Amino acid sequence: MSSPVSTVEEPRAAAPRQSWWRAHSELGICLLLLVLGVLVLTDALTLPTDFTQRGPLGPKAVPVVVGSLLVLVALLLARDVLRGVTGEAEGGEDVDLSTGADWRTVLLLSGAFLANAALIDLVGFPISSAVLFWGAAYALGSRNPVRDPLVAATVSVVTWLAFNELLGVPLPGGPLMGVL
Amino acid sequence: MDSLSLLIDGFGTALTPQNLLFAAIGVVLGTAIGVLPGIGPAMAVALLLPVTYGLEPTAAFIMFAGIYYGGMFGGSTTSILLNTPGESASVVTAMEGYPMAKRGRGPQALAAAAIGNFVGGLIGTVALVLLAPAVASLAVNIGAPDYFAVMVLAFIAVTSVLGRSRVRGFASLLIGLTIGLVGLDQLTGQARLTFGSLHLADGIDVVIVAVGLFAVGESLWVAAHLRRTLDKPIPVGRPWLAGSDLRRTWRPWLRGPVIGFPFGAIPAGGAEIPTFLSYVTEKRFSRRKDEWGKGAIEGVAGPESTASASAAGTLVTMLTLGLPTTAVAAVMLAAFQQYGIQPGPLLFERESALVWALIASLFIGLVLLLVINLPMAPVWAKLLRIPRPYLYAGILFFASVGAYAVGGEVIDLLLLFAIGVLGFAMRRYGLPVLPAVIGVILGPAAELQMRRALQLSDGSLVGLVNSPMAVTVYVIVAAILAWPLLRRLVKRPSGDEPKDPAGV
Repeated sequence: MSSPVSTVEEPRAAAPRQSWWRAHSELGICLLLLVLGVLVLTDALTLPTDFTQRGPLGPKAVPVVVGSLLVLVALLLARDVLRGVTGEAEGGEDVDLSTGADWRTVLLLSGAFLANAALIDLVGFPISSAVLFWGAAYALGSRNPVRDPLVAATVSVVTWLAFNELLGVPLPGGPLMGVL
Repeated sequence: MDSLSLLIDGFGTALTPQNLLFAAIGVVLGTAIGVLPGIGPAMAVALLLPVTYGLEPTAAFIMFAGIYYGGMFGGSTTSILLNTPGESASVVTAMEGYPMAKRGRGPQALAAAAIGNFVGGLIGTVALVLLAPAVASLAVNIGAPDYFAVMVLAFIAVTSVLGRSRVRGFASLLIGLTIGLVGLDQLTGQARLTFGSLHLADGIDVVIVAVGLFAVGESLWVAAHLRRTLDKPIPVGRPWLAGSDLRRTWRPWLRGPVIGFPFGAIPAGGAEIPTFLSYVTEKRFSRRKDEWGKGAIEGVAGPESTASASAAGTLVTMLTLGLPTTAVAAVMLAAFQQYGIQPGPLLFERESALVWALIASLFIGLVLLLVINLPMAPVWAKLLRIPRPYLYAGILFFASVGAYAVGGEVIDLLLLFAIGVLGFAMRRYGLPVLPAVIGVILGPAAELQMRRALQLSDGSLVGLVNSPMAVTVYVIVAAILAWPLLRRLVKRPSGDEPKDPAGV
């Protein structure tokens, strides 16, 4: 997460520095916790509490405690990481931790997800969700030009019907479903 | 007996065609999910939370309970045939189940697991019927300080007992508590952490948090490290047991619930610890120690029965105290909150019909599961061949459906994605997900109870500890917190230098 300082001139010096950051990338989590803690604390301390105070403990108390603990845990975690105790990545049935992270797949998958968010109000749920399903399957390595879009379209139309007709939760049909 | 007649009434509700259908959907879905890799019962219930917008509570909970029990049944299939446990509850099963399958005793292993689940679940659910009303009536008089103490216990237990690193557990819990703070303060109506956004003033819906952390986070994490070569499951026929197997399995089946039920009821991580304890116990009792590690059937029968009984134990704590001890229970609690129902001692009085229909449906679910699982194991095993791109595309698809159905707003999809990225980072750096979910669900309630307790005592901190129950609970909390320190003190005289400095 944290990128190395880019002002290093000699490439020989850059290499170990980069790998130091790589080995200690968990400090990014510490930074996240620290920022979150400061955010919670500043938000709590700027709350106006002179009115509507009921009971001895106002709305400030818990955020102040949570924010302080966030800062504390950020520091403790940083100490842990600098001592070389790093968190263990989570395994799983379909997870192969022996190789590095495949960022291309992650970005493609994120793209498919965000495309759905961008499209859903424009073209309706059935189309945008089919795009999501197809895009996600493509990102994860499925390349069947007939079966992939067919599965995607079936899943999204069936889901749309199930939510609208069976559960009574309306999802936007979009122009396509208006025509049908 | 009062609870017996209530239970019979419950059967009356649960046996209506509609509820029977939902029980069947639940157990089939649960088994499928247990078998499928990458998707656990907690994620499944989280993905199904949107049905709470359309279904009545009884039907929804009958379905969720079916998923919980079904997941326990299905998880063993992957353990035995593929050596990759579907859920944490069936990790131990793989240790003897997979060697059995390799030696051609797969059908016996599957049968020992399925019947073990049935027996464990049955005994556990009977214990639930006997115990839950008693616990509820004991707890009915507990006040705000006691509630707060119990919630603190949940926070501490979930961060300290589980996982390898306490600091990371606490980090996760605090992230959850922070998300729980977003929105209007329940007592004064002041906006906290909303940054002027009207959308955030309602708080972040727990559906979005649960689905984001469990489903989107998991999909992104798997995408980064997708295993390209898939292991082939061992082909298997219909499960069956010979008389000689039965003689070896009936004792482990009956011993399982004794270990599983109490462990499920306390916040100690659900089925992981008790299944391991069951494994060790059965190994000690076994007369054929040479078989262990090469496929001893007791090592499948005991832990599976234990796992199922622990699910029943979990429900006792969840229904009577409103305290989730596992991820599934946490998400089910979120579902109760969606309906505006508060699980706890009063649940058995206020929602009596709902609770007893739910309990009755557990019995029905168990019978359905046995009937479905024994003959259909080969069919379930086929599910293991589902193409992974479709599986994870489907998970992402239903995650976004769920988030969008909350309010039909695009911003919820973006929030879902942000929380999914957070879930990804947490998996990468070994932050457990469960404390965050518990923090989101219990955090606001804990704050409310604490402020109520202090209101009653007029601000004096004594108000938090002025009941015997609260004091007892805080003693337990202190013991859990002090445990690493105590252990170090105990170890020192023997000259054992503690090697890992991880325990903070």
